[in-house]
Amino acid sequence: MNTRKTKHGWILTLVFSIISLLYMYPIVLVFINSFKKKAYISKFPFKIPTGKMFVGMENYVRGVEKTGLYQALGWSLFITVFSVAVIIICCSMCAWYISRVKNKITSAIYTLCLFAMVVPFQMEMYTLSKIANMLKLDSPWGLIIIYLGFGAGLAVFMFSGFMKSIPLEIEEAAMIDGCTPLQTFFKIVLPISKPTCITVVILEVMWIWNDYLLPSLVLDTKKYKTIPIAVQYLKGGYGSIDMGAMMGVLVISIIPIIIFYLSCQKYIIEGVIAGAVKG
Amino acid sequence: MEKAIKKYFPIFILPTMIAFAIGFVAPFLLGIYLSFCKFTTVTDAKFIGISNYKKILGDPVFIHSLWYTALFTLVSVILINVLAFIVALLLTKGIKGTNIFRTVFFMPNLIGGIILGYIWQLLLNGILAHFQRTLTYSSTYGFWGLIILMCWQQVGYMMIIYISGIQSIPGELTEAAKIDGASSRQVLKNVTLPMLMPSITICTFLTLTNGFKLFDQNLALTNGAPSRMSEMLALNIYNTFYGRTGYEGVGQAKAVVFFLIVVIIALVQNKLTRSREVQQ
Repeated sequence: MNTRKTKHGWILTLVFSIISLLYMYPIVLVFINSFKKKAYISKFPFKIPTGKMFVGMENYVRGVEKTGLYQALGWSLFITVFSVAVIIICCSMCAWYISRVKNKITSAIYTLCLFAMVVPFQMEMYTLSKIANMLKLDSPWGLIIIYLGFGAGLAVFMFSGFMKSIPLEIEEAAMIDGCTPLQTFFKIVLPISKPTCITVVILEVMWIWNDYLLPSLVLDTKKYKTIPIAVQYLKGGYGSIDMGAMMGVLVISIIPIIIFYLSCQKYIIEGVIAGAVKG
Repeated sequence: MEKAIKKYFPIFILPTMIAFAIGFVAPFLLGIYLSFCKFTTVTDAKFIGISNYKKILGDPVFIHSLWYTALFTLVSVILINVLAFIVALLLTKGIKGTNIFRTVFFMPNLIGGIILGYIWQLLLNGILAHFQRTLTYSSTYGFWGLIILMCWQQVGYMMIIYISGIQSIPGELTEAAKIDGASSRQVLKNVTLPMLMPSITICTFLTLTNGFKLFDQNLALTNGAPSRMSEMLALNIYNTFYGRTGYEGVGQAKAVVFFLIVVIIALVQNKLTRSREVQQ
């Protein structure tokens, strides 16, 4: 019985190893093609670049030049980091308030947040981009405010789900000892909520870093590009795509994601599970 | 305590509420109002009743994209969930390398839709070139291309949720069933599946809404080609807004219809699967 079981497991491991390799293949393929002369990419995508097909780093250089990719990388980083930081602080405060103060307004806010999670972006995109223009929010700084508004639904929902379960006695004790509500929140409530913070950070980072439509509509894309906008920018008008530059840009865009993933993998997977269970 | 916190109203909830009002509530309400108007910018809106909605019914491209999206969502929900469930079952048997496989399967989720679209365009066009075809040859190619892409992206995500669901089933339950003489298929059908209903609810909900709202991948992979036949709802709405001036009102009306469809699906799906959940 025991030997049969391990033998069985060995076959499964082999099968999954093969599937895993195939799973990685699309990304490897892009990597291989990024060293190929652009004329050969569409014709022979599966060939290893050798001899006259090989162009070294030329595709990368051209891709970066055409799209301003490094600035895009910087803006993506800026927007993601600050939006998520603002979302965490503002939404956790808001969530604590509505889970401690019970009246019609706070329960209406909670319902609105639930509702906001279902509404598709297409419903808002035209009016949002116009409002953002009118209020001069079409810069990366303005975008942070819009992301706070748009990310509030999920974040407030997740935080208030957790904060309801924090025993009131802890906070009461802090207040009796002379803490103001602000001190109570930042010294007691927020540290206790760390697991939820991590979950919300992961979910919001995955969303904001990869978001294409919202920044492309709100931002003045001549001045500011994010990574997805830079990638889509290569396609431009109706002309054919410069496949060489595209491959270079794709590889550079994927590398930070893989580094982020491999270094925070444990938190990412836990965050996704926690987010799904509560959502 | 409640009283003390209440005084801090402006610090605690005002920043979020102002951003929420600008970013969500105002565009939403304005959007509903504008769907009954004719306009090219927000300031020149004129109320024209429901004629935008009437125009939708006479728009064959929109109706086509509606059915195309519905079919896509149906196929992708079934495929992704079945595949993710099977993978999750196999990866909870404690075989060697489980962690590496999970890492690999989950990775595509972190890559954005636009980038994914171009990665798969390269691969699929490369394969189709052997048959003298491209992804944009007909809407069927675009359809299955998108299905493959979405499976590749989402199976890992759903697998993670199913794995955590399977691991939270108490071991005594399956053991008791086995002692009572249940075959492994009976255990799966009568113990594992009913206990997994919460995970199934979540995963079908996520895949359903992801399928219906799909935009980036659609834009990058085929951009609706050939002649808008592989255009899904979200992309159709986008093209109505920005493709043709004078049709902004129709675009907004389509967006309202889209919103209603998503809400109805979410409510119905929630009710259907929640009712099958068992108390733990």
